Amino acid sequence: MSLRRLGSFVVAAGILIILVAIWLVWHPAIAPTAESAAIPSDRTQIARGADLATIGNCSDCHTAAGRPPYAGGRAIPTPFGTIYASNLTPDRETGIGAWSEEAFRRAMHQGVDREGRNLYPAFPYDHFTFVTDEDVRSIYAFLMSRPAVANRIPANELDFPFNIRPIVAGWKLLFLRQTPLQPDPSKGEEWNRGRYLVEGLGHCGSCHTPRNVLGAEKKDNLYAGGVADGWNAPPLDASLVKAHQWSADQLAAYLSTGWHRQHGAAAGPMADVANNLGRVSPAEVHAIATYVASLSAGAKAVAPTLPAGGKVPAGQPAAVAALYDGACARCHNSRGDVGPSQALSLSLSTAVQGAGSANVVRTVMHGIQSYRTEGGPYMPGFDRMLSDAQIAALVQYVRARYSDQPQWTDVAAEIAKARQEGTQP
Amino acid sequence: MKVSLNVNGKSAELDVADPSTPLLYVLRNDLGLHGPRFGCGLGQCGACMVHVDGEPTFSCLLPVTAVADRKITTLEGLLVDGKPGKLQQAFIDEEAAQCGYCISGMVMQAQALLNRNAHPTDDEIRSHMAPNLCRCGTHVAIMRAIKRAAA
Repeated sequence: MSLRRLGSFVVAAGILIILVAIWLVWHPAIAPTAESAAIPSDRTQIARGADLATIGNCSDCHTAAGRPPYAGGRAIPTPFGTIYASNLTPDRETGIGAWSEEAFRRAMHQGVDREGRNLYPAFPYDHFTFVTDEDVRSIYAFLMSRPAVANRIPANELDFPFNIRPIVAGWKLLFLRQTPLQPDPSKGEEWNRGRYLVEGLGHCGSCHTPRNVLGAEKKDNLYAGGVADGWNAPPLDASLVKAHQWSADQLAAYLSTGWHRQHGAAAGPMADVANNLGRVSPAEVHAIATYVASLSAGAKAVAPTLPAGGKVPAGQPAAVAALYDGACARCHNSRGDVGPSQALSLSLSTAVQGAGSANVVRTVMHGIQSYRTEGGPYMPGFDRMLSDAQIAALVQYVRARYSDQPQWTDVAAEIAKARQEGTQP
Repeated sequence: MKVSLNVNGKSAELDVADPSTPLLYVLRNDLGLHGPRFGCGLGQCGACMVHVDGEPTFSCLLPVTAVADRKITTLEGLLVDGKPGKLQQAFIDEEAAQCGYCISGMVMQAQALLNRNAHPTDDEIRSHMAPNLCRCGTHVAIMRAIKRAAA
């Protein structure tokens, strides 16, 4: 090859790479809607959109503490820095009031905002890409029907190089699969409906699937357990160690009330999920439960049955037993019945069986805030009543008494993390 | 079992039969401090609230043997020269009590807030007072009393 031919080859390859890069990174802006444009007014569609947005837990991230729902501004901590959730109310300046349905659909399916900028995948469009156009239309109608709230969102605080937006295009190339979900004809209609909701709007895998170093869900390790706001999101697959196998009916009851007699209470970010699912159609929740229960079908990892009062733990100081009896046993009694505030024997608790202590530490320290007006699980937080040493001793005592698992090694670190997070992680 | 406590600035030596005995029982039955009340015994209502090292604490859920030498303050400890303190006087002036059962806990919870934030906003007061329940519906008067003390 002559030097001249090589030179033109390099130039051509360079131009091609630049074109491909532009094609990946560049998206056109979608024109703002006219201020006088009609907004969707079909009440049935708006109500449907409200249900779907609730299943999608949209307001959990897009609402800051004490601020109007969907007005955004909540800080979302990520391993790459802090992202501030956007304002989803129809304010034209600071929200999505100038977004057409087409722009909203592009954001949901491709992670691109109206102006054509790539959105960070903290917004789980790797799941929302599966949401049908019709469901996107309903959610859009619902959001546009809400009051506009002027709330300017702070700029993200991301570390270099993640603060360079165009690199999100590379992330998408690697991890975003926009192929629609095809129904599995070998499964029932309800299972397929559940799969659509779980893989799509519900984005359960965002917390319950482990992530790789680039923050993408590990597709070869689906539902093997992840993290959420410092809490462990337990595995949903067969690897979960628990006292009882989950049935679809039990899961449906748990998801809509935050509590089940054989499994315990939803806490941390899962309490918000249960609070949401308690407000949508029971048929949808049962479909979700049917699919999720199928993920752990045939599981063998059931913990050995311990008596409701646990066992007599070896090598635990008497002072800790007194602490447990005085601070915990009034509700978590040893008779095996349901105690006050719907407390159960800790021998049923998945958190007590878990590989890490994060959930037990956070529950002891911050309690379970009451989130259901008609009664439901509640637990006071002990973070200001007990010292770190007392909390650590108590947590290990519970582990020894109510599980056959070895003592945790991460308790001190989790207590320090929980203290730093405060009650609003 | 011998226990030594530091309550309202005074030391007390006690003998307790059961190491899991709640601090509340000892304060009321052994030390005669009847400010803190027994409400639910489950950490749900706040009637038993005292300060432990300045932090508002459910004394019904804290075993006396777990307190060690931390400083305990009860409603009685808020008196100044034997007279009601500023916040207590504000509750009296606003008549912020109906049956009065929750009030000791309300005062202790509110005092903890004022100790670290002398001029809280309405929202800060509401969220701080959330753990304490009043069944008579005296909340508006309690709110007024706290704001009066913070003025």
